[in-house]
Amino acid sequence: MMTRARLGTRAAQIGPPLVVAGVLIGLWEAFVRARDIEPFLLPAPSLIWDQFWAFDDKIWEATKVSGTNALVGLVIGTAAGVLGALVASRFRLFRDMALPVAAALNTMPIIALAPMFNNMFSSTSPVPRRLVVTIVVFFPVFLNVIKGLTQVDATHVELMRSYASNDSHVLRKLRLPNALPFLFTSLKIAASLAVIAAVVAEYFGGAQNGLGSRITSAVSNSANGRAWAYVVAACALGLTFYLVSLVLERLAMPWQAKRRGAT
Amino acid sequence: MNTPEPATVRAVAVSKIFNPHKANQVDALIDVDLTVEPGELVSLIGPSGCGKSTLLRLIANLIEPTSGDLTVNGKSARQARLDQDYGMAFQQAGLFEWRTVARNIELPLELRKWSKADRRARASEMLELVKLGEFAHHHPWELSGGMQQRVAIARALSFRPRMLLMDEPFGALDEMTREHMQAELLRICSETGTTVVFVTHSIPEAVYLSNRVVVMSPRPGRIVRVVDVPLGRRDDDTRESAEFFKKITEVREALRGIEGGGDPRSADVERLRSAGGDFR
Repeated sequence: MMTRARLGTRAAQIGPPLVVAGVLIGLWEAFVRARDIEPFLLPAPSLIWDQFWAFDDKIWEATKVSGTNALVGLVIGTAAGVLGALVASRFRLFRDMALPVAAALNTMPIIALAPMFNNMFSSTSPVPRRLVVTIVVFFPVFLNVIKGLTQVDATHVELMRSYASNDSHVLRKLRLPNALPFLFTSLKIAASLAVIAAVVAEYFGGAQNGLGSRITSAVSNSANGRAWAYVVAACALGLTFYLVSLVLERLAMPWQAKRRGAT
Repeated sequence: MNTPEPATVRAVAVSKIFNPHKANQVDALIDVDLTVEPGELVSLIGPSGCGKSTLLRLIANLIEPTSGDLTVNGKSARQARLDQDYGMAFQQAGLFEWRTVARNIELPLELRKWSKADRRARASEMLELVKLGEFAHHHPWELSGGMQQRVAIARALSFRPRMLLMDEPFGALDEMTREHMQAELLRICSETGTTVVFVTHSIPEAVYLSNRVVVMSPRPGRIVRVVDVPLGRRDDDTRESAEFFKKITEVREALRGIEGGGDPRSADVERLRSAGGDFR
């Protein structure tokens, strides 16, 4: 249960950014009205708000489609990243070969592969988007979890050896718990990346049912306010993914949250 | 139950050479003979590079000797490690931050497949022994350095090994905490009858704790002298007794002998003396 004092600090943490956001939106609204800016250049927040509620059913449908693509890719990419890291941390030769390649691929704009994937599957298939998300998610998870599995305290390794423990003991009692913070660091990055990849991948054709394709079609119909309403939904989706991964981190590593609270 | 076999270390002509026949070859230990009898507390002291930690790691079978004969409890060091005949404590407490204090102590018991109830019982018993009963459910970072080190000792002793191997366990602690920990270690060892091999670079610490102080010299690492310390039962007065200072002088002179031995690299002793004040 949250004490009053903790509620107070929580408010103190959340309050200032909310005020900043409110001020920025207010300035935006005032600027658009004062300068009489055309909606196709920059719609006012009030117009975007109206459009959002005018199309809320469609926005919700599109958000579910893009959100599902992002989630499926995130889950598969994370699982593949963790499994790959387990294999790579076990076999030194494989790690030495795979790490530089993975680090190089990680710097590549993987989203650029979306048009090619679209050609490989039928035009209504969600698979190309999910594939892009999976690949985008894989690399940060893979690289971080390898670090977590291999960068273990030398004292801990000697200690485990003194306990006559075998590789499976060392993995379960030392390497996996040591890798947890690394996994969640990468998951927080990957969760945002997954939504970005899922939405942007739709800009390159394929099925016309997600947030990205709604944004491009609204823009091409000069319905700028509506396009921005979809962008707002995409922001909310990205934020939701990030917050859920934060909650998962707290649940998986209660000691970390406790530690941060203590210091 | 078998009759308990005496916990003994017996090293005969043990050598350890790192990177043999290479440009960066290091003669960490040459021809070391050492016997530790059951119930003894033996300190290894010397300047950095004298191989004291190497010798401890050989006994623990964390590394293998290049040559020589090393037995622990009458069996090979490797077998003794596999049988978990010893517990170990390091300069870093080395607690797992994702485990509570009690669950850190339970770790070696988990690996031995003890039941949960037995582990709980033993952990709280060990916490009483190191006087940290009320901290069972704290996490390591909530404890001071001295308290963490006490948890590490409790963990090392949790499965009641007959020997404790300690590598500068109090090296990172302040002087007051350090003296308190030394007294605690002696109390725990006399209560449990544990044999201890203790690596340190502090002369007063070695003299206060030990039945015997093994003085080592660097490059190549070897034993230059063994000083017997028949001071009897230790208490706070021991630290101010004339015999205590006499033994400190004896160890110090043995260490000085290394310095005068003509090895230009034994300037380490000088550096240690001015840096740590331990070689007063």
